[in-house]
This record gives sequence, C-alpha cells and structure tokens, in this order.
Amino acid sequence: MNRISTLFNSTQEPILNVYATAGYPNFGDTMLVLNALQEGGVDIIEIGMPYSDPVADGETIQQSNQVSLDQGMTVTHLFDQLKNMRQSISVPVLLMGYINPVLQFGVERFCQKCQEVGVDGLILPDLPLAEYQQSYQTIFEQYGLLNIFLITPQTSDERIKQIDSVSEGFIYMVSSASTTGAKTGISSDQEAYFKRIDGMKLKNPRLVGFGISDRESFLKASNGASGAIIGSAFVKLLGNAKNLREEIVGFVKSIKGLK
Amino acid sequence: MIDAGISFHVSEKGYYGDFGGAFIPEMLYPNVEELRLHYLEYMMEPSFQKEFHFLLKDFVGRPTPLFKAERLSAKYNTQIYLKREDLCHTGAHKVNNTIGQILMAKRLGKNKIVAETGAGQHGVATATVCALMGMECIIYMGAIDIERQAPNVARMKMLGATVVAAQSGSKTLKDATNEAMRHWINHPVDTHYIIGSVVGPHPYPDMVAKFQSVISEEIKWQLQEKEGRDYPDYILACVGGGSNAAGAFYHYLDEPRTALIAAEAAGQGVSSGHSAATTFLGKPGVLHGSKSLLMQTEDGQVIEPYSISAGLDYPGIGPLHAHLATSGRAKFFDITDDEALKAALECSMLEGIIPALETAHALAVFGKLGAKPNEISVVNLSGRGDKDLATYQEKLKLNP
Repeated sequence: MNRISTLFNSTQEPILNVYATAGYPNFGDTMLVLNALQEGGVDIIEIGMPYSDPVADGETIQQSNQVSLDQGMTVTHLFDQLKNMRQSISVPVLLMGYINPVLQFGVERFCQKCQEVGVDGLILPDLPLAEYQQSYQTIFEQYGLLNIFLITPQTSDERIKQIDSVSEGFIYMVSSASTTGAKTGISSDQEAYFKRIDGMKLKNPRLVGFGISDRESFLKASNGASGAIIGSAFVKLLGNAKNLREEIVGFVKSIKGLK
Repeated sequence: MIDAGISFHVSEKGYYGDFGGAFIPEMLYPNVEELRLHYLEYMMEPSFQKEFHFLLKDFVGRPTPLFKAERLSAKYNTQIYLKREDLCHTGAHKVNNTIGQILMAKRLGKNKIVAETGAGQHGVATATVCALMGMECIIYMGAIDIERQAPNVARMKMLGATVVAAQSGSKTLKDATNEAMRHWINHPVDTHYIIGSVVGPHPYPDMVAKFQSVISEEIKWQLQEKEGRDYPDYILACVGGGSNAAGAFYHYLDEPRTALIAAEAAGQGVSSGHSAATTFLGKPGVLHGSKSLLMQTEDGQVIEPYSISAGLDYPGIGPLHAHLATSGRAKFFDITDDEALKAALECSMLEGIIPALETAHALAVFGKLGAKPNEISVVNLSGRGDKDLATYQEKLKLNP
C-alpha cells in the first residue's frame, strides 16, 4: 500500500498537510524546510513546483513562485534537491504544480523521476479529470503516483462520485469558491458543506484546503474531514522567518497542538 | 492545399487537431461545463439570433463595408479589398464577440461580467455591452498597459466599468488574463467571463470564432456582388490570440481556392529576443485553459512577449490557429514593428484610413505575398488607429 493510504488507515488524529513552495525563501532551502516540517510533526508534505502563471493561486503563493523562479528554480533542479529526500523524510510527499512544466519535462520522464526520489502523488489543478483519464492515468499508475483531485462547494454530487471513483489516497476539498489564501477562517456554511460531503460515504477520505491558517480553523475543518491543508499561511511564515527551522517546527506544533 | 480528412472545426472534445481542450482548475469546471453543454443550443435559438443580428445592425452598424482599395491595389499591382471592421461601433471587431457573449451571459442567468484587456479594445467593447445591458463590469488590465493606454481606460470608466490593475507577473495582457480567471474562480455563481479572443478552455475558442464569423459571412455575399464570386484568392488578418483572423477565415476554412494568410507580430525580429511571433517561436504547451503553441522556456515557464502593438503582445495563440499553422492550411508571416509602422503610414496616405497597429501587421504582408495582378485579396481591417496615435506620433515623427 502507498504511504498516503497507509497514513489515513493508521491514524485517528486530524491529518495535517502543509504546502511549501520549492526553493523558497532561498534556492537551497527546500530540504531544510522538509526536514523541519517533519520534525514539527507534519503528516503530509506538499511541495509546490513554481510556475509563472499559477491561476488557481492567490497573491502569497504567486509571489513565492516568482521569487523561486527568479532564483533559478526549475523542475530539473527540484528533482536534484530531492535526490536523497528519502534518507531523512518518511512522511508522504506530494508535488503540487501546473501541467505545463510537466509537459515540457516529459510526462513519463517526470513520473519516473518522481518514483526515483520517492514522491507519492501529484496535485495538478489545471489537469482536469477527463484529460487525466484520457492521456495521463496509465502513466501515473505505472510509476505508482496518486493523482489528487479537487472538489469545491460548486461541484455536483454526480461529479464528486465520479472523482471519488477515479481517486486514490484522498480528495482535496476546497473550502470555498476562491483562489488560495483569499479567505481565512471557516464559516458555519462551510462546516455544513464538509458534513454534506461526509454524508456521501465516499470511498476516499478528504482533506480540507483553502482558508486554513491556525489551530482553530484546522480543528474546525478536521471536524467534517480527515484533516486539512495549510498553504498560504505557511508560505507567509517562510517569507518572514528569521530562524527558519525553529519557526517551522513551532508552527507545525502549534497547529497540531503539540508541546 | 487542403488535405482531405483534416478538419478545421472543433471536435466534440474541444480539440483542433492536437490543440485545444479545457485545462482548467476544478473551481471553474461547473461554469465552463455549463457553457459547453448549452452554448450551441442558446446561440441557435431564433430569439438569440434575432437579438444578436438586431444589435449587430443597429448598435454596431453592420454590415461593415467591403471597400476596394484602388491605390493600394495599384501600388502592389493586385486586387485588394478592405473589410472595414474599423467602422464597427467602438472601433474594432471586438464588439461582435462581446455582443454575442453578453446575450449568452443573460441566458446563463449571470448578472456580472469580468474580462481581461491588453490595449483596452476588448475592455471597451465589454464595458460598452455591459452599459447597454445594465450589467456590472470588472475589467482586469495590466498595470503597465493602464499607463500606456490611458484613453481606453478613461473610456471604460466613462462606460461605468471598474478597471482593476493586474500587478502580478509582467503586468500586461497575460497577467490581466490570469487575474480575470482568478476573479472568476472567486465569483463562480453570478459572473460570466467574456474572453476577448479565440483562446481559453473549450468552448471559448469555438464560441468566439462563431460570433466573429459574421465577418466572413458578410465577405462572401459582398464579394459575390462586387466580383461575381464569393471567395477571394487570399484572405489576410493579423493574429495575436486570433479572434479577427478566426472570424475572417471561418467560412473559408474548407474553401481550397482561398489561401489563409496570418500576420504575427515579430516585434524587433523573430530572433531578436523581443518578439511575439508564437508560431515561429512557440512549442506545444498549456496556458489559460487550452493546449496550443506557446512561447516558453525549456522548463515550461511562459516567456513574456514583445510587440509595439499591445493587442498582439501575447505569448500564445488560439488553438485553431496553432492547428492551421502546423497543418499548413494557413501561411504565417512574421512582421516587425518597423514593417507594421510603414504599412500603417502607407494605408493612411493611399486610402485615407488610419489603421490600428495590429491591423497594420496584416497590411504589411503585401510587400511579401507576391499576389498576381488579377488575384483578389481581402484584408480584415480589424480596427482603427485612433488608439495608437501616441505611438504613431512618436515613431513616425509627427509631432509639431
């Protein structure tokens, strides 16, 4: 069984997935950030592959993408930085990014590299279900990569069931109609939406993303799902940190409620 | 010239050959899917057609004339007609599409409109139809373009639109498009996104091409009246995203006797590093929801294009045009800033028509086309040049 499904099957606690832009705040910080996240007790790490035109992302993540690109980050450099990742990182690792850099790298070559360095799955928001099934699913599966799909409050029940049938690992439940980092906090409407999806008895667990920034919103989101994803709030911390390792460890502990 | 078996029309899955599709985040799926399921049905409704054609006639001023350019014809020793889209209300072909899409938005039950704009022509055309229909209008425009296109910003504001500066990336058209898409993601229920060109996820390229196809529909009967045949030997248009070209080519896509000629902005030259000639410099890639040719780095990051013309300053091209280019159905010419400026001056002096800088790229092709004396060419004169006067003043040294 893959690392992600093993995690969901083995823990009752809310699962914390944290997003970090690769090569940010400095080009060489990627592994330092990963190690500190794991030290703090994160459950899943999502590494953002920077892109020039990240349309699903708000200002914070866009800006971190641009800084990383300006510092010379590429897909090739990222795989190089992750070469020995599995010597220290035991939690599941996802790559999040946009389809164009993957296409230019070559889909099969990209999947092969993911498998080599120990990446467990991919989140590619501009790769929709139909395109995935038609041209990508076979290759992803060949290299043992899970493709994580998004659902939103506007996604119909019928489509949610379709996404659930194709998904493995978990479903990324976007908390509101928005780009990343646009809103903070979880409203009662959103909690009702999480409960509604919970009531659908899907085969895949869900993690809630968008609008999660602290322990309170993490717990609220986890109430109707298996856990939650923090992105923009963490990228902000990376951008402002004086002592990167210490602040990352402290942040993860504060969200998880650990001393 | 046309291989039997190659289709130049969109497939059921939204592709033109290898190009097209709908590469959109799940957040946009319900809106794009709703549009995909209904756009043909709504467009074909007699009440839609009636309102569309009424507005094109009485509001836009269609049909636009097909004008024989005698002095240009004499200069190039061939037969040249100008399709006068510059005489459309708001000064360019863009309004054909915004009229169609605002009617579509009404049928989709949307009461707010978002759009992107580069030079401001599509923004003005969108703000115009929103004023006409009493809809709220938000236009995203690159912060740099806002500075260099002040008159169009003022026009949009006077028409009641909110103009928002896109501050991300290079702060031009590509980034305005990103911001408009983000706005739509954040407002999926009440808002329709009026894309201004034959780009974006399926069904946008097909829908915009169909609304613009009124251009070639008119050319057919106008040419029949004037020349006794309904097809030209050449039809010429400039291509940024490619909406005016799509409209001018549309009814000739399957006409083997008509050569389709597209002019791309070479900027300072295709190899200069300051260019927007996508079919010469691009590789297959995904931007703004479709797979097409795209100017990009080896790592798949989008390259910022350059052209003197803000309307052609785009790193991609509509998927239809990528297919026309790679299949050889259309011939693409790369036209530099200087060649376009020269053609603009020539058209002004010989025909009494000051064309938009975008259009001037198409006119510049006559210097390279080699059309024979008895052959007939139609140039889509897509827009008028008033908006470019500041550039013309500077580059053509017209200041007192």
